[in-house]
Amino acid sequence: MNIIKYILKRIIQTLPLLFIVSIISFFIIRLSPIDPLAELRLNPSISQETLQKETQRLGLDKPIPVQYAKWASSFVRGDLGVTSSGERVADKLKERIPNTLLLTSIVIFMTWLVGVPLGILGAVFHKSQFDRLLTVLSSIGMAIPSFFFAILLLIFAVKTSLFPVGGLTSFDFDEMSLGGKILDLAKHLVLPVTVLFTISLSGLQRQMRANMLDVMDSEYIKFARAKGLSEWQVIFKHALRNALNPLITLLGFEFAGLLSGAALTEYVFQYPGLGRLILEAVMKSDINLVMASLMMGSIMLVLGNLLADILLIITDPRIRGVGK
Amino acid sequence: MIKEIMKDKYASIAFIILVVMYLMILFADFIAPYSKDFSDRNQSYAPPSKIFVIDENGKFSRPYTYNYKREFVPELYQAVYTLDKSHKYYIKPFNRGEEYKFLGLVKTNIHLFGVDKTGRLYLLGTDINGRDVFSRLLFGGRISLTIGFLSLFILFPIGLIYGGISGYFGGWVDNIMMRFAEAVMAIPSFYLLIILAAILPSNMTSTQRFTLIVVILALIGWSGFARVVRGMVLSIKNEEFVSAAKTIGASNLRIILKHILPQTTSYVIIAMTLSVPSYILAESGLSFLGLGIQQPDASWGNMLKEAQEYINILYRPWLLTPGFLIFVAVLSFNLIGDTIRDILDPKGKIRE
Repeated sequence: MNIIKYILKRIIQTLPLLFIVSIISFFIIRLSPIDPLAELRLNPSISQETLQKETQRLGLDKPIPVQYAKWASSFVRGDLGVTSSGERVADKLKERIPNTLLLTSIVIFMTWLVGVPLGILGAVFHKSQFDRLLTVLSSIGMAIPSFFFAILLLIFAVKTSLFPVGGLTSFDFDEMSLGGKILDLAKHLVLPVTVLFTISLSGLQRQMRANMLDVMDSEYIKFARAKGLSEWQVIFKHALRNALNPLITLLGFEFAGLLSGAALTEYVFQYPGLGRLILEAVMKSDINLVMASLMMGSIMLVLGNLLADILLIITDPRIRGVGK
Repeated sequence: MIKEIMKDKYASIAFIILVVMYLMILFADFIAPYSKDFSDRNQSYAPPSKIFVIDENGKFSRPYTYNYKREFVPELYQAVYTLDKSHKYYIKPFNRGEEYKFLGLVKTNIHLFGVDKTGRLYLLGTDINGRDVFSRLLFGGRISLTIGFLSLFILFPIGLIYGGISGYFGGWVDNIMMRFAEAVMAIPSFYLLIILAAILPSNMTSTQRFTLIVVILALIGWSGFARVVRGMVLSIKNEEFVSAAKTIGASNLRIILKHILPQTTSYVIIAMTLSVPSYILAESGLSFLGLGIQQPDASWGNMLKEAQEYINILYRPWLLTPGFLIFVAVLSFNLIGDTIRDILDPKGKIRE
C-alpha cells in the first residue's frame, strides 16, 4: 500500500514540473523575433482559411498570457496545429517518437547489459592492468564527439557497403516478409546504435565501477567477508544490490543524455527520429513543430525520470522509510 | 597541483598536449602560414602538399614542395590535382607572408614557416573555398578551445549563487527555486541549445554571435550545477562556524558568500574541469549543424560541416582533421579532470 502511495505522490509532483517547462519553452519561442506563421504565409498551397484558423488557435492578436493559455489548452486537448508544409503536427510526432524511443531503448538495454558487468569487473580487479585498460577505453569512448564518430562509421558503411546509409527502412520495406522486415530494421539500426552505445557505455561503466568501489569499502562488506562468505557471494549478494541503486537514478539522466546525443546522430544518419525532426523544424523556423517537439521531448524526459524514481521506490526500501 | 598531475603518466601527457594546443592557438597568426581568410579559388579541395627532402638526383636537400595543377577530367567528372614540377618552392623558416598583428600588438609579416608568394603550402589540404585547412585549424581552435571556458565563467557564479541562496534559506524559497531549476533540467539540453541558437538574429557580427553562444551554453548548464551546490549548502549551513557567523551578526549574503560557498571549492574545481569537455562538444555540435559559429569564421565544428558529404569523406580525408583535434582535446581534459578529482577528493566523497 505504502509503495502505491509514494508512487502516486511522485506522479502528482511531475505535473507542476511540466507546467513550468511549458511556460519556459513557450516564452523562449514566443519572445523570439520569429513570426510563427511566416512560413505558412509564404507557402502558396496553404489556404487563407487555414491561416485564419491558426491565428485564432494561437490567439496571435491577443496578449501573451492569453496566447499561452490558448496554446496550453489546445496542447492538452491534443491539437498541436499544422506544420509549415501543412501536415498535422500530431501525425508527424506520432511517426517520429516511436523511432527515437526504439533507438534509445535498444541503446539503454545494451549499455546496461554490457556496462554493469564491465563496471563490476573494473571494481573487483581494481588497479589491475585490466582495470587500467577499461579506464583508458572508457576515456576514449567518452571523448569521441558523437557526430564525428557517426561520420567515421558512415565512411565505413559507404566503403564496405555492408550497411545501408540513412533512414530506418529500405524503399521496398512494405513488400518484405516479417523476417525480412526485422532484418532490414536491424541493418538500419546498427550504425546509430553503435554510436550511441559506445558513448553511453563509457559513462555507465565508470559510474558502476565508482559505485561498486564505494560499496566494497563499506563496513558491511568487511563484515560479510569476516563472516567467511566467498568473494563471489560478497560481490553479488551484498555489494551489487547496493551499487545498483544510484544507477537507477542515473537511468533518468541517461535517457536525457541519449535524447540530446541522439539528435546529432540522427542528423548524420538521416534517421527519422524526434531529434532530427526538431532540428529540421528549427532550421525552417516551423514554430508549431518546434514547440510541440520540445514539449514532447521534455515529457519523455520527465516520464523517464519518473520511471526511474518508481523503480527506485520499489528496489530501495529506505526511500519509502524517509517520508514517515 | 601541477606537480601532482605530472606524476600520473596519462595526465602528464594530456597536460603537455593541452599546453601545446593552447600555445599554438595563442600564436596562431605566427605559426599559420596563411590567415584564416586567405583563399585561392583555383585550389578548392587541394590535397595536402607533398614535401620532399630528397631531390630528383637522390641527394638530401632543404625541404621543398611543388604547387598543384588543377585539371578537370571530363571522364571522371571531377578536378584532378597533379604536381606542377616546373618550379621548386623551398620551405623557408621565418618566411615573410601576409601582414598581421603579433599577439594583437605588433604589426609584422613574419610567419614561422612558409613558401614564396607564388607557391602554395597546404600542410592539411584546402577546403571548398581553397582555404588552408592547417591555418584554419589553428584559428578555429581559438574559438573551440576557449568558448567552453568562457561559458563556465558565466555559468559557475550563477550556479553557485543560485544554489547557495536556495540551500541557505530553505523553505518556500528553496522549493520555488529548485522547481524552476528542475524544469530547466527537464528540457532536453541539446533541443534547448539548438532552439536558442536558432532564434539568434542572422545579421549579427561574429563577435556578437560568439558572445551570445557563450551565454547560451551557460544557460543550459547552470541548473544541474546549482542543484549540487544547494545539496552541499544544505549540509554545510548546520555547521558550527555558520552559527558562529550568525551570532556575530553577519548578514545572510556575507555568510553565503564568505563562509558557505568557499567550502564548495574542491567540488567546483572538479566539476569545472570535468565539464569543459562537454562545452567543447556542445559548441562543436552546434557549429557542425550550422547554428553556432558561422562562416567565414572558423571553428572545429563548422569545419567538420564539410565532412558531411559522402564525396568529401571518401576522397578528402584531410577534412576530418578537426574531428580528431576535438577528440584529442576532450580526451586530454577528461584525463586531467579525473586526476584532479583523485587529488582533491581521494575518497570519492563528492558526487555529482
